[in-house]
Amino acid sequence: MANFFTSRLFFISLVCVVVAATLPLYVSGYILGLLTVAFYFGVFAMAWDLLFGFAGEVNFGPTFLIGTGAYTAGILNNQYGWSVYVCILLGALASVVAGFVLALPALRVRGPYFGLTTLVAVLMLQNFVVVFADLTGGEIGLTIPDVITINAGANYWIALGFMTVSAAILYGLSQSPVGLVLQASGQDPVQAGALGFNIVKHKLAAFIVSAFFSGLSGALLVFYFGTASVGTVVDVAVGVNVIVSAVLGGRRTVLGAALGAIFLIVAGEFLRPTGELATFIVSAVALLVVLFFPGGFLGAALSREARS
Amino acid sequence: MLALQILIDGFAISALYALGATGFTLIFGVSGVLNLSHGAIMVAAAVAAWAAASVLHLDIYSGALFGVGVALIMAFATYFAVVKPIQNSRRIPNEEKEIFVLTGTLLWGIMIQELIAYFFTNNAKTVLPIVEGVVDIFGNRTPRNNIFTALVCCLVIGLLWLLVNRTRTGKAVLAASMNPRGVTLLGLELTQIYIVVWGIYGILAGIAGVLLGMFLGVSSYSVGPLTASAFSIVVLGGLGSVSGSLIAAFVVGYLETITAYMISPAYRTIPALLLLVFVMYIRPQGLLGRR
Repeated sequence: MANFFTSRLFFISLVCVVVAATLPLYVSGYILGLLTVAFYFGVFAMAWDLLFGFAGEVNFGPTFLIGTGAYTAGILNNQYGWSVYVCILLGALASVVAGFVLALPALRVRGPYFGLTTLVAVLMLQNFVVVFADLTGGEIGLTIPDVITINAGANYWIALGFMTVSAAILYGLSQSPVGLVLQASGQDPVQAGALGFNIVKHKLAAFIVSAFFSGLSGALLVFYFGTASVGTVVDVAVGVNVIVSAVLGGRRTVLGAALGAIFLIVAGEFLRPTGELATFIVSAVALLVVLFFPGGFLGAALSREARS
Repeated sequence: MLALQILIDGFAISALYALGATGFTLIFGVSGVLNLSHGAIMVAAAVAAWAAASVLHLDIYSGALFGVGVALIMAFATYFAVVKPIQNSRRIPNEEKEIFVLTGTLLWGIMIQELIAYFFTNNAKTVLPIVEGVVDIFGNRTPRNNIFTALVCCLVIGLLWLLVNRTRTGKAVLAASMNPRGVTLLGLELTQIYIVVWGIYGILAGIAGVLLGMFLGVSSYSVGPLTASAFSIVVLGGLGSVSGSLIAAFVVGYLETITAYMISPAYRTIPALLLLVFVMYIRPQGLLGRR
């Protein structure tokens, strides 16, 4: 940890955050709004990377955790009118419970079987939202009466601050001894267990941390949008974006995942003039990165630095 | 009467599911690849058959053949452009190839889906059925197309069984799914077996796609649900086990039909999902899984 603070990565990150913090002073509200969403998305991707990159669990259902947090917070605010902060906290806690439930099969099944279990969890949540339309707003979406603030600059700073703090915690965790044990149990669970580490406990902890940040970010996003809908926080397509972000930015780097998410959202916006081809172009670029630079953006940069 | 109707309707959809899932499970059994562009290839076949009839003005049979041909080309493209480069890549560690193949084929599927949406819009397309009209089975009016679909599916699956169990090439494929190293020691080129399997897969997915286009109609929105249903059928039956997938396809098909008739079409997919979760807990390797 000590040499991290003197490393180049730390300085680059610091400069990036400082530059990003000054953006509201000279760019339009439109760009701020775009980046606000991108930052929340970055937290989704980083939380996913902790599970996949380190614990080695292919979670196809990041939106199960995100959606649970987002909808819990939204419904509590909509039905009972509780304060925004209480709702956000309870949303994150609901997501932790969901993560615990999702983690139970993870301790039994592996590989594609686990991937499918998580995918099914998302489909169930989606069905739940549509079937209980009275409570959740169904396919139209849930209207949320309160927002944190309507100031674009303040929203942007909240998102940036939240992403920075999450990144620091998740990155710190991934570099700590716990992260190393997780990485070992992801790559060779038998040997890691033979070395005396409790794999089940570590993976469960990874799930809970990942779920907490996913849920928190989902709840914050809902209060930023003022609405919760299947298309924004639950749909499998959203989950695919999270996974693509993490792989694009560089798996097992945590910080790269945030980079990938920001790239994905901003690129999607820049390509808007191309109309329906935008998604095609983004997917094609992502596929090329997967095929030719499997380490992702940050993975490629870090390995070059390590070599020199 | 309702029971008979469910029996007839459920059979056609189950047979279609079985055909779609067979190719998917065959590839997994032989090369360990889960092809997440499966739904996109099926939709591409159906849309190609539709376009052949309505844009190129071909007759129904040539249109259907054209659809299957497009699926075959797509399957080879998936293998050579996405799967093979990842499998041969030296920069990707072996234990992570699985997730890279999943991500790669997923992105490839999205690309196909977006291209279809761009050139042919998102509207649902129905391929003209080869046989038309309805017949009366013990008082149930059944479209002839349902019977035709079920017959073709059973015939194709039967042919596949013959191919795998009775021909030299088929036996090589079977052997590769049991022990790839043993096959190479016997002097067979593994790459060639993979190419054969992807060819079989393309034809199966193509036929399933065209039949689906005649039976229910497809749009680019069907890509995700189709992949998900094939994935869940295959896992329910046991990854890599063809007979397991056949059983699972009928279980899922009938469960959906019963729910749609007895409760509500809105809840159609829920019982199958619950069953899947249940099986995951009790028997993680699926009904007839080997591991």
